[in-house]
Amino acid sequence: MNLSPETLQKIDGVIPHYPVKRSAALPLLHFVQEEQGYISNEAIEWIAAKLEIQPINVYELVTFYPMLRQKPIGRRHIRVCRTLSCALMGGYRTCAEFQRQFNTGLGEVSPDGEVTVEFVECLASCGTAPVVMIDDELHERVDAAKARALSQEIKAGAPAARAR
Amino acid sequence: MIQPAAKDLITVNIDGRDVAVPKGTNMIEAARRLGIDVPHYCYHSKLTVAGNCRMCLVEMGMPAVDPASKAPVIDPATGRQRINWIARPTIACATNALPGLHIRTTTPMVKDCREGVMEFLLINHPLDCPICDQAGECKLQEQSTGYGRGYSRYIEQKNVKPKRTLLGPRVMLDDERCILCSRCVRFCKEVAKDDVLGFTDRGSYSTLTCYPGRRLENNYSLNTVDICPVGALTSTDFRFKMRVWFLKQTNSIDAGSSVGANTVAWSREGVVYRITPRQNDGVNDTWMADSGRILYKAVRAPGRLDSVRVNGAESALEFAVREAAAILARGGVAVVGSARSSVEEQFLTKKLCGALGASASLVSRVEKGDGLLVSADRNPNVRGALVTGLVAGLPSARLDSLGAQIDSGQVTAVVSIGEDLAAAGLSAAQLARIAIVYLGTHANETSAAARVVIPTLTVFEKSGTFVNQQFRIQRFARAVPGVSGASDDLLVLAGLTAAVGGPRLRADVESLWAQIAAEVPTLGPVSYGSIPDTGLLLDGRPWAGLPFAEGPSLHFDPVAPAPKEAARP
Amino acid sequence: MPAPEQLRLVFRHIDEPGYSADLACYLRNGGYEVLRKSVKRRPEELVDEVKKSGLRGRGGAGFPCGVKWSLLDRRSGKPVYLIVNADESEPGTFKDRYIIHRDPHQLIEAIMITCFANRVERTFIYIRGEFPDGARILEKAIAEARAANFVGPDILGTGYGCEVYIHRGAGAYICGEETGLIESLEGKRPYPRIKPPYFPAVLGLYQCPTIVNNVETLCHVKHIADMGGDAYSRMGTPNNTGTRILCVSGQVRRPGYYEFEVGKLTMGQLLNEVCGGPLPGRTFKAVIPGGSSAKVLKFGERYKGRRKVGADMVEYDWGVEDIPMDFDSLAMVGSMGGSGGVIVMDDSASMVEALGNINAFYSHESCGQCTPCREGSLWMKRITARMVHGDARPGDGALLKSVADQIAGRTICAFGEACAWPTQSFVTKFGDEFKAYPQEKKGADSGAGPELV
Repeated sequence: MNLSPETLQKIDGVIPHYPVKRSAALPLLHFVQEEQGYISNEAIEWIAAKLEIQPINVYELVTFYPMLRQKPIGRRHIRVCRTLSCALMGGYRTCAEFQRQFNTGLGEVSPDGEVTVEFVECLASCGTAPVVMIDDELHERVDAAKARALSQEIKAGAPAARAR
Repeated sequence: MIQPAAKDLITVNIDGRDVAVPKGTNMIEAARRLGIDVPHYCYHSKLTVAGNCRMCLVEMGMPAVDPASKAPVIDPATGRQRINWIARPTIACATNALPGLHIRTTTPMVKDCREGVMEFLLINHPLDCPICDQAGECKLQEQSTGYGRGYSRYIEQKNVKPKRTLLGPRVMLDDERCILCSRCVRFCKEVAKDDVLGFTDRGSYSTLTCYPGRRLENNYSLNTVDICPVGALTSTDFRFKMRVWFLKQTNSIDAGSSVGANTVAWSREGVVYRITPRQNDGVNDTWMADSGRILYKAVRAPGRLDSVRVNGAESALEFAVREAAAILARGGVAVVGSARSSVEEQFLTKKLCGALGASASLVSRVEKGDGLLVSADRNPNVRGALVTGLVAGLPSARLDSLGAQIDSGQVTAVVSIGEDLAAAGLSAAQLARIAIVYLGTHANETSAAARVVIPTLTVFEKSGTFVNQQFRIQRFARAVPGVSGASDDLLVLAGLTAAVGGPRLRADVESLWAQIAAEVPTLGPVSYGSIPDTGLLLDGRPWAGLPFAEGPSLHFDPVAPAPKEAARP
Repeated sequence: MPAPEQLRLVFRHIDEPGYSADLACYLRNGGYEVLRKSVKRRPEELVDEVKKSGLRGRGGAGFPCGVKWSLLDRRSGKPVYLIVNADESEPGTFKDRYIIHRDPHQLIEAIMITCFANRVERTFIYIRGEFPDGARILEKAIAEARAANFVGPDILGTGYGCEVYIHRGAGAYICGEETGLIESLEGKRPYPRIKPPYFPAVLGLYQCPTIVNNVETLCHVKHIADMGGDAYSRMGTPNNTGTRILCVSGQVRRPGYYEFEVGKLTMGQLLNEVCGGPLPGRTFKAVIPGGSSAKVLKFGERYKGRRKVGADMVEYDWGVEDIPMDFDSLAMVGSMGGSGGVIVMDDSASMVEALGNINAFYSHESCGQCTPCREGSLWMKRITARMVHGDARPGDGALLKSVADQIAGRTICAFGEACAWPTQSFVTKFGDEFKAYPQEKKGADSGAGPELV
């Protein structure tokens, strides 16, 4: 495992928060995914060893929590809320628009590698539906037009676009 | 009104019947005492309670008391204390007996709960029982017959999950059949201490799996197959070999070590198909080692001795016994008995020694114990040899003193009861210098060098007893007839004893036991027929000072004082 | 009758211009004064204040907070933990988000008061993974509070010490269930525990006595500690004291969050006056009053019965608009106040499809531990999905209801009810729509409504 000193520092900092090491499994998974983009089997085994548990104990978590992934995603991560309040306000159209903009299916890396569009469950911002998270940032009242505008911003920030 | 219970017991009421149970007994077990079946999948008496299958839902209530006065509230209609029934059903497996606790297992609500759970368990289940190896011993099959509705309302697509995954060398997984009861996961974690199984994904897509790159290959892996209530986990050795309803079950004992795990040998038409554990809460709970499950293969292994031979030539048993007697009559005889022989065989071996004026030695087999159900002493019956007086001390692994006696010419003939003298340290030259009478099941260097070879029976082909590390005498019974050409050990030993001028002895276990009980002090209070299926603890104190090889294992602590219930004269 | 004015207690500063999440701003607004005051009192007094306040949990179950605290097993001698449930994930609920993001110090002050009152020395804020900014904001706020001695080994020089740590979830609704949350915090799959024996107050985190409180609930504790339990209990209505934040979403003109005294306004006032009524050209059809698991209320249906007002029993005959927004009234009409998430559906929404959307949520979120919920939630989803995308059958409504009936009350945790109640109530109240759906679908594209499944 090749983790940066910053991540290792975060890892060693968080473990003592808990009286039982195993509790640090989720925080460690977050840190590793933030650095490496996804959770490899190597990472699972490394975390298990670090916390003195078995790899299966970590694997069970990685596959349970939707936010943890075992494969890389696109450069930007677009998460469209699928749940009732957002759907009532057009969330499905919003999601379809992102898919169209990047010519991609749900949960896949778009052909240009730019994005992964996902439908996710309630993001707890139902009053400003439909909502979308792009990476860590929440975007509110994202109708199809706003989805197009956001897509343009993402495309403009692409490495290819910047090189031009 | 619930009657007060005996000391240390409390009374609970199940379906209107009182039963006295120890406090804390869970309600599945309490119901079992009344012969009431509370169906369940995830609950297992030897594992932690998970409560996930929801099949054991029952109605629960407690006697009503006035909140202010704490006086019982009497129902005027019945004159009995009123029961406050809880509106929600409760799982029996996680409900422990409290004084006055009431449960009902036959109400419409309970019936509806069971039907609901059965339907849910089956909607994503393949329903291909005719081609499933579990058929006949499948809880899902049994309980859907007993408690299901008998029809399906499910018309949607079923889940698709991995089929035929090899979890390890001995266990095969079919995830579509798995009902996610977590028994196997709990077993690996809690009993085998080998945490390799777990669930991936979630909801109905949850999938039992072994961590990628790891294997379920610990020496207890097949217990997961035993406790799997459905056909998800099957034994690679047994699957598709035989339908279980054709098999006869015979109580046996794992001869792989001095633990003496209780087992069942499953056979049909003279062939053993598998060995599974038999519950004994004082020895092996409901578990056994994988290594003990393949011992049946010895019955039909290559090298099995199947003809009586004298000087290499096939012969009749009576002739061989006479020949052996003639050899032994010349004197200079040593007997190598066996700690793998039964108590009865050891008793007769001692008689043979007496008739010959020979002393007996044994061969020890000490390896590392696993702390669970394979002890350091891989002989099943060293204590039997002590109890019968065949030997006075613990055996050693090598027959060095016998070798010296051969070298000095003091010993010129050896009777070996199934022991390979070469493996026990005698050289080919030493074997060549002596006349060997070999009684045993499989060919080895000793049988090859022997003047007289008499094939005998494996543990699956005869009945008898072993005394395990706890000094617990346990019976095993004949599961299959002996292979053609092999003779019962007792018959051979009795015949040989008589032929060398010793007493005439009975060669059937039952009659022999009258004599054993009369002559062996420790076994005085015991008769063969009175030994319970779970064995009988003997008084092992006379041998308490011996440096036995065993360390602690399940239900055994070598430094603990002898159990109180030991049989004493 | 016009709607009462909002009474913003917890949300006082949420939309205030210039109000920020940093400590300086909080202190300028009187921050941590209540903590200062509280640590000079005896802990038992604070517990008594909360008991007197009548505060009920704002996370969903509405359990009295003071009672929850007093159930703690103190005889065991084990450490007591507080877990702050910031896993806000019941669809339709979005109140804790604003507390965390915009007024984190209010929460931290409330946590420290609660810890002091219950002699807790280590506490975890379990925040949902979808709030990465929220986690960062809280981390920063905790650091500021620690630097100022509001958190740490010697709080305000009293000798009392308590640490607060953030623990991020990773996208699982079930972690809002308190024992599922505890398992998750222990680094295991968040399978809810069986109760008995694993009541958190006795065998909670690390098998120690544990309190799990919702973010909003804790914030109310701060105000109770400030004004006293009696004063707090005079707000709202009897047994439904204080204020609560109502989150309105869905097909309504002005969705958003509003804080009112509990029970002082009706559903009609909330939707028509506060939220501006239906979208143009639409009429209200249905409303889910307490997060998506609460049973749906149908506009036009009547709720009748007798209820206690003061010392008297009085008859009531309510339409949806007349229902007071409090725990007891919503329970009387067969639903619940739950988490305060009000989801509104108008006449453009298909009830079959709305249920399909909800069923998809619950089947995705079922942890899969126990049979009825694991299999039933997916079955219900598959039925509604088939109705929408495939072959809808007239008997599907009855089948759905029957499946839901086989789940509710039979599972390890309350998720069983959460996933069954929508189906039970949708099918019961909109049975005609479920029966007619196969025919309607074959006809013209209903078209007007939003896609939901």
